[in-house]
Amino acid sequence: MAELTYRDAVARGIAQEMSRDADVVFLGEDVAKAGGVFKATVGLLEQFGPLRVRDTPISEQAILGAAMGAAMTGLKPIAEIMFSDFIAVCFDYLANEFSKSRYMTNGQVKCPLVVRTGNGGGSRFGAQHSQSVENWCMMIPGLKVVAPSTPRDVIGLLAAAVRDPDPVIFFEHKSLYATKGEVEDGEIVDALGTAKIVRAGSDATILALALMVPRALAAAEKLKAEHGIDCEVIDVRSLVPLDTQTILRSVASTHRLFTVEENPRLCGWGAELVSIVADEAFYHLDGPPVRITTPHIPLPAADFLEDMAMPTVDRICGTVRRSLQA
Amino acid sequence: MRFGPCPRRQPCYNSAGQAYFMAKTLTQTAVSLRATPDDVDVQLRLKLYRMLVEIREAEQRAYDLFLQNLVKGTSHLSLGQEAVAAGYGAAMEPGDLSFCTYRGHAHTLARGVPIEKVLGELMGRDIGLLRGKGGSMHLTSVEHGVMGSYAIIGAHLPIACGSAWRAQYKGAKDVSVCFFGDGTTNIGAFHEALNLAVVWKLPVVFVCENNLYMEYTPIGEVTSVEHPAADRASAYGLESIVVDGQDADAVYRSAKEALDKARAGGGPSLVEYMTYRYSGHSRADPAKYRPAGELDDWRENRDAIKIYRQRMLDNGIAETQIAEIEQDARRKVDEATEKCKASPAPPLEILCTDVYADGGWAWRN
Ligand SMILES: Cc1ncc(C[n+]2csc(CCOP(=O)(O)OP(=O)(O)O)c2C)c(N)n1
Ligand SMILES: [Mg+2]
Repeated sequence: MAELTYRDAVARGIAQEMSRDADVVFLGEDVAKAGGVFKATVGLLEQFGPLRVRDTPISEQAILGAAMGAAMTGLKPIAEIMFSDFIAVCFDYLANEFSKSRYMTNGQVKCPLVVRTGNGGGSRFGAQHSQSVENWCMMIPGLKVVAPSTPRDVIGLLAAAVRDPDPVIFFEHKSLYATKGEVEDGEIVDALGTAKIVRAGSDATILALALMVPRALAAAEKLKAEHGIDCEVIDVRSLVPLDTQTILRSVASTHRLFTVEENPRLCGWGAELVSIVADEAFYHLDGPPVRITTPHIPLPAADFLEDMAMPTVDRICGTVRRSLQA
Repeated sequence: MRFGPCPRRQPCYNSAGQAYFMAKTLTQTAVSLRATPDDVDVQLRLKLYRMLVEIREAEQRAYDLFLQNLVKGTSHLSLGQEAVAAGYGAAMEPGDLSFCTYRGHAHTLARGVPIEKVLGELMGRDIGLLRGKGGSMHLTSVEHGVMGSYAIIGAHLPIACGSAWRAQYKGAKDVSVCFFGDGTTNIGAFHEALNLAVVWKLPVVFVCENNLYMEYTPIGEVTSVEHPAADRASAYGLESIVVDGQDADAVYRSAKEALDKARAGGGPSLVEYMTYRYSGHSRADPAKYRPAGELDDWRENRDAIKIYRQRMLDNGIAETQIAEIEQDARRKVDEATEKCKASPAPPLEILCTDVYADGGWAWRN
């Protein structure tokens, strides 16, 4: 066991996979010599050399296109898109190309690749460097979507993503890079499509992802201490594939559902999960499912405004308490 | 279209500030290739001609099948542009990889994919290359090195770079060849791919088929330079090469040269081929935007098959042997058509297969 930052877990996860499999290569802007703008890939160039760890020009289409071409002909590339907002620039590859090629070619073309990207708010970067865009990707058939919340999960889920035969987009949360967590020694490999109950509870189920997981946990502790409300918190971890069974089982035992989403309101991932619960566990619910989201606005830069926009511990607590007491 | 020397022969400057002129212009290349003594042996010549006429017959048949409503949706034919596909089909080694566009039937056939697989895919039949899951714009046959046909303009240029990067990394000797149109030179992915290919010195050949039009707009009206690909080559430190795309021998030779260079570690090439499509952009297009006489001029004076047929006769290949190839091609296309007509629609069971690697479409447990 050692304490590791989320940031260092990224490099350790990539190194673990590159050491294991010579077909794993890594490319992106400023990732090699500079070690990444978030310093999450420091040391990889020195360890694996310039043929496997490559700095690219500022060409997001070329990055994802090259990753796809390499993947479909035998490599297992990891491509970095610096900020997840920038996937809008190369969305074709996510939306039309490597996600669909297996289906369109009747199974002939396979694209085992991972797109890593810095996602989410809290860094005071403003509307074009702060978005949570996992929901943009969740709607694409053929693409898998993962978002870890702890250093351990960064390694385990990244390994699972690299070993997965389908294209995976891996959302690292920028505001989590500096956070620390216990990580066991040796190889760590997790499974995609597995949600994790990170706090057991009996009064309500709270679903959260990435940065919203520690906030949901803090809210749960506060609700317990101050109001005696015992929440179960589930780290969804993987939107596609989605572990609906863990979610439905939890709702069946707590009878209430809350989602905590960083996405702006419309079509955030919680909407889909709530609809699944409404379809399949409606009669287990004692009250309407409630979504706690960022309002339907671009994120502002000023710290005060940004803090007010994203779901906070206080907002989660207040919403859960009012809903349960209504 | 003017085939004279480029009037704007301005010097380019390299990174050291030295002026230089781009090496080859259209006329120089075309003339020098034409002037080469007849180095194409008879077998190759017959092979090229067979490809040309098979592609012509198959594309013509695809058009006829539209008119009978047996091909649905859209389709983009290479009638008139056969020589580029054939020249590359003949020059590429078996392990080389093709990356095509929605106008990719010809390139797919040129790699040896059976005609019924192509026509069957256009017709949405079970016999089709992709069992109807891709359609006319996405022809792919990995076993033949056809790594896909891409319908988002420019998307496949970076993909071809990635394939070439894999070859470079693995020390493999295959070359990735990427076909695209003149209109594609104005999208960002073209420029991103060229830059990356040069910086990484990738074994990739970019083949621009300049058929003078995007969908409906003449390329010259929306492009800052006369030769949309070749005139941009210098921006990436590449040689500017324009070749007569109606001359299958010229295509073959230039293809060989680019492929050899890439295979030897010499990096990428960008080659622009002057050609013309006889049909509209797609099924829906009557091509009224073309000036009167332009199509007739190309058909009469620059038709790839006419040119090649005459060259074969000039080189002593017997008329009967040529006619036999033509009859063969027609017979093959007839037989393929019958097979396709007899093939059923794809079964419902495949509707939700192959979305993910487990063979299915399950996104949840
Ligand atoms: C990104 C994108 N923009 C527009 C289109 C629509 N479109 C399809 S083909 C085409 C013209 C392409 O022209 P060119 O590259 O010259 O190829 P050609 O069709 O002449 O072979 C256009 C605009 C598209 N498929 N993708
Ligand atoms: Mg064109």
